[in-house]
Amino acid sequence: MGNIKLVPFTGDQAVAYAMKQIEPDVVAAYPITPQTEIVMGFSQYVADGKVKTEMIPVESEHSAMSACVGAAAAGVRTMTATSANGLALMWEIVYIAASTRLPIVMPVVNRALSGPINIHCDHSDTMGARDSGWIQIYCENAQEVYESTIIAVRIAEHRDVLLPVMVCQDGFITSHAVEGVQLFDDKAVKDFIGEYKPRFSLLDVDKPSTVGPLDLQDFYFEHKRQQSQGMRNALTAIPEIFNAFEKAFGKKHNLVDSYRLDDAEIAICALSSTAGTVRGVVDKLRKEGHKVGLLKPRVFRPFPKDAIMKSLSGVKALAVFDRSESFSSQGGPLFTEIEAAFYDEKSHPSIINCIYGLGGRDIFESDIEGVFRQLIDTAKTGKVKEKIQFIGVRE
Amino acid sequence: MANLKELSKTIPERLSSGHRLCAGCGASIVVRQVLMGTKDPVVVAAATGCLEVATSIYPYTAWEVPFIHNAFENVAATISGVETAYRAMKKQGKITKDIKFVAFGGDGGTYDIGLQSLSGALERGHKFVYVCYDNEAYMNTGVQRSGATPKGASTTTAPSGEKSYGKPQRRKDLTAIVAAHRIPYVAQSSVSHWNDLITKSEKAFQADGPAFLNVISMCHRGWGFPQQDTVEISKLAVETCFWPLYEIVNGKLRITYKPKTKIPVAEWMKRQTRFSQLAKEEYAAVAAQIQKDIDEDWERLLKIEALDQSGVK
Repeated sequence: MGNIKLVPFTGDQAVAYAMKQIEPDVVAAYPITPQTEIVMGFSQYVADGKVKTEMIPVESEHSAMSACVGAAAAGVRTMTATSANGLALMWEIVYIAASTRLPIVMPVVNRALSGPINIHCDHSDTMGARDSGWIQIYCENAQEVYESTIIAVRIAEHRDVLLPVMVCQDGFITSHAVEGVQLFDDKAVKDFIGEYKPRFSLLDVDKPSTVGPLDLQDFYFEHKRQQSQGMRNALTAIPEIFNAFEKAFGKKHNLVDSYRLDDAEIAICALSSTAGTVRGVVDKLRKEGHKVGLLKPRVFRPFPKDAIMKSLSGVKALAVFDRSESFSSQGGPLFTEIEAAFYDEKSHPSIINCIYGLGGRDIFESDIEGVFRQLIDTAKTGKVKEKIQFIGVRE
Repeated sequence: MANLKELSKTIPERLSSGHRLCAGCGASIVVRQVLMGTKDPVVVAAATGCLEVATSIYPYTAWEVPFIHNAFENVAATISGVETAYRAMKKQGKITKDIKFVAFGGDGGTYDIGLQSLSGALERGHKFVYVCYDNEAYMNTGVQRSGATPKGASTTTAPSGEKSYGKPQRRKDLTAIVAAHRIPYVAQSSVSHWNDLITKSEKAFQADGPAFLNVISMCHRGWGFPQQDTVEISKLAVETCFWPLYEIVNGKLRITYKPKTKIPVAEWMKRQTRFSQLAKEEYAAVAAQIQKDIDEDWERLLKIEALDQSGVK
């Protein structure tokens, strides 16, 4: 397991430190708030000679992802990091990275997508990229961010997966708040991720390969089918890698985390830092005798349907919290997928969608308690007051 | 000085025959001449465009060397990633070979949508050769105007018509824009002057930093001339001084070919249907202006050369 050291770190510092320990061969990145501290921190490690990484200080996020595609196709371990508009600018190449099956790891510090311009947390950036073919891991706190960044390398490079991974944390809430973070020693991290052995490399001049060819009606579909299979395979590979991580470091990760859900009749499902706030409210209401619990999906892509269904069996009333709006008029992205997942079940709970926290609007324990109390009524009566609700907004 | 016989013996064919570029296309000639500029192994990147779609239709590839296509506007950023990966591997001792890196983009992917990506890669100083095969419009999508389309040319998005003679604006001077990045080697060349192009390619591959070659590339489909005239039309572009051949080595400009007699540009334009509307009486002033612009540019180039070469041996 190696030594564990406890340090005060922000979420961004935790990522920069994980990157130092991963020591990618190439990092191409462009600064954007609130991701900046990652790039600044890592640049300092490079400047101090602490890593062997070659940095590419690109002129835009579009070029960051483009350079990452070039480096990863050259068969080296490659990382970048971004937020919001930066992710939007690299969009075109985000899809190309996934379809080229390049195991790039990209920490994303979640920030509201313009417009209007706003630098604070919501999930509209990564939720917009949910169909890009990237694996998405959502983190509650700096510790999870640190560990997930290390784990992501193994997931991306897994032979049955070979897909890029986003490791998401909440902008400012997690990225800039200082917490105690337990760090593993360098050797243990290096042993866990292992040496990267690519199947193809542009630098293998004796065995030339053509990357990114024109792929028309006769083969494109087969390649998309294989990409789809890679994502399905990730549902098996990720728990295996979580187990290996637990064996190496004694820290448990799951596709979904549940809190006091075993006998729960009422539940809230929330991603990332909000889960921590919900947990406090669960404890309070449990003291009052209410059977409430929390479901925190850690992985959103691939969608861990079976794990979610298993965790929610027995729940009579559920609120799915979405920190982004899909503008479908049918609710946020997490909600629509969870609701759809219940279609094949024999029974399903009453489900509402709570859209909250857009543009960094605070979510308070009192807001969450209000939703829980509403769900307690719903569980009794079976009646839903309003299917899609906006929490904490002035109307 | 390049010697074709010698080159054909020592440099392997890197773009094989059987690709699907049109007969008489300038792009494949550009690629083959440029890749004769180094004996070292090369990794090639291409922007989306004619060259890419015609040479890499899955499951086939015409490339005998490692090749990557990423998207339209990002070939410079893409090759900068590959080149950086190479430096990382070399530093770690995992690669010992000397490998060269070259990016090909059309004028659309270079003058227009890819200009930022190119500028960033040049400024960062990656060791690679960027080659623009400049056919003066978006040919792959059907001859739409670009920043490289010359004044007076008819394209499908700036067509000549009852009230238009085609593109009213002058083309960008991309070679000058690139030179402003103070990279070690910048040149303009043409496949009609193969010795000029191959020699410049050798210098580009040997440069200690980014190098840029702007090569005029005939497109008989878009320009409107018989396909067998490619090299002749190319030669006329040089002989009229529409496309001067020069190089800028560490900031010093030198003209590498001076026509003995400057042929009027009308002689070049009348061989291409894209300029046919300029023969109309009403556009005589436009045709005269085009000649005037070329004359002024050529005179300016001679002055810059005189200045740059005055202290140079």
